[in-house]
Amino acid sequence: MSAAAWRRQRAWWGWRWGAPAVVAALAIGMWYLVSYRLLTEDTRFLVPPPDAVLRVGFLDPLNRAELLDGLLLSARVAMLGLALAAVIGICLAIVMSQARWLERSVFPYLVLLQATPILAVVPLYGFWFGYGFNTRVLVCFLIALFPIVANTLFGLRSVDQDHHDLFTLHGANRQTRLWKLQLPSALPSIFTGLRISAGLAVIGAIVGDFFFRQGEVGMGVLIDYYRSRLQSEQLFAAVILSALFGLAVFLLFGALARKVVGGWHESGRDITAS
Amino acid sequence: MTTPTAGQDIARTARPVLSLAHVGKRFPDGTDALARVSLSVAPGQFVSVVGPSGCGKSTLLRIAAGLEHPTDGSVAIPTDHIGYVFQDPTLLPWRSVQANVELVGELRGLPKEERRRRADNAIKLVGLDGFAQHRPRTLSGGMRMRVSLARSLTLQPELFLLDEPFGTLDEITRERLNDELLELFLTQRFAALFVTHSVTEAVYLSTQVVVLSARPGRVLDRFEVPFDYPRPPELRFESAFTSVAARVSTCLRGASS
Repeated sequence: MSAAAWRRQRAWWGWRWGAPAVVAALAIGMWYLVSYRLLTEDTRFLVPPPDAVLRVGFLDPLNRAELLDGLLLSARVAMLGLALAAVIGICLAIVMSQARWLERSVFPYLVLLQATPILAVVPLYGFWFGYGFNTRVLVCFLIALFPIVANTLFGLRSVDQDHHDLFTLHGANRQTRLWKLQLPSALPSIFTGLRISAGLAVIGAIVGDFFFRQGEVGMGVLIDYYRSRLQSEQLFAAVILSALFGLAVFLLFGALARKVVGGWHESGRDITAS
Repeated sequence: MTTPTAGQDIARTARPVLSLAHVGKRFPDGTDALARVSLSVAPGQFVSVVGPSGCGKSTLLRIAAGLEHPTDGSVAIPTDHIGYVFQDPTLLPWRSVQANVELVGELRGLPKEERRRRADNAIKLVGLDGFAQHRPRTLSGGMRMRVSLARSLTLQPELFLLDEPFGTLDEITRERLNDELLELFLTQRFAALFVTHSVTEAVYLSTQVVVLSARPGRVLDRFEVPFDYPRPPELRFESAFTSVAARVSTCLRGASS
């Protein structure tokens, strides 16, 4: 690499990491300012300073174990719900893509499902199925289903007419067309759906948890618990951890999309870089 | 140059691989695309179709491929070795060049070995050896079109249907691909039906140029092109060539008005 190219590379890294780092430093500075300048000793619990959050929320072994257990449970709920939504959603979209009448008869109900505020129905599910692990997964599944079905269906349907003609010309049957043309073409859309649904599943797992005071303790239960006992350091830690988890899921699916379709489709390129 | 050309010699003895008789096409919405079009193409013949935009040229080609059915007249295609080249290269972007070229054999159920052998062969024929493992997005427009040609060649087509394949390419690439297509035409001995907007391209490539009228497309006139193959690129500037092109152009202008 030439000296100039190396300098350019370094400048690029500077922008890629340096600029966000400056923003983070400013934000933490503001945070301290609010904690120590705006709030008095009595009201500081409203915004505890970053070091207190770190010390009490993350470094205290007992508190950390509690948080991580909650996160683990919510992560399992979110990922299982998402996985179910992916498998069933993609299958449903494939079935619907095979015949217009099937699409017409099923799709309105999916829209209805999507339009119903799932979280408002959570108490009802709890009422029916109890407040255990399975019901939490069901909530995530229902919240994540629609974007996957809609995007997959869109992908399967938007294959070029020319490509269909090519397959018709050479006597391809339905299965061949599906496996060799429609599904690969739909992959970028499927990943778009997965990314949206992954975010929703995380929300479903954490917010849905607010309704599950009985049974195992997930992230949402913890957040509510810390709030009610004014344990604001731990409350902040829990919120930060939830955000980091959401971010991790987003990056994971971005990386997955890049791996699968990045070689041939724009959507698989690095979306976090631009 | 009125002596019969090599191409026409073959044509005289070979049976046509495509015959359209009084073909008409009316779409369900009531538009008439074609009216009483008759033409036939035999191996060794290269027939170009020119006409004003929207005159049903593409519909004609789709009928010849069996993708559409005529509402009038009859079509005989006594072969299923039909190569079809679309305006767009229609490559599958997730497949390598090699895998794209193998696609047609795959769909037709050729054994893997045979498919591979034919694909290797076709890729060499269009001059893309060394690019077999590339993805289409890394290729230029001209190279993508070569991949598309190669894909059709794996079928060892007796009838080659081309729908304005070079329309979106720059002139230099287009002329180079014209020459490559003629070379394939001479070595592979298929019958070609070629739709284009360019009179020069039509005359340069063809044994016969058919001019269609504005919609609904009817055959206005046919022009035999009396030049031997292989045709040198400079032929385009010779007076005998330009006079044929001028006659086609005049007829085409009449068709558009």
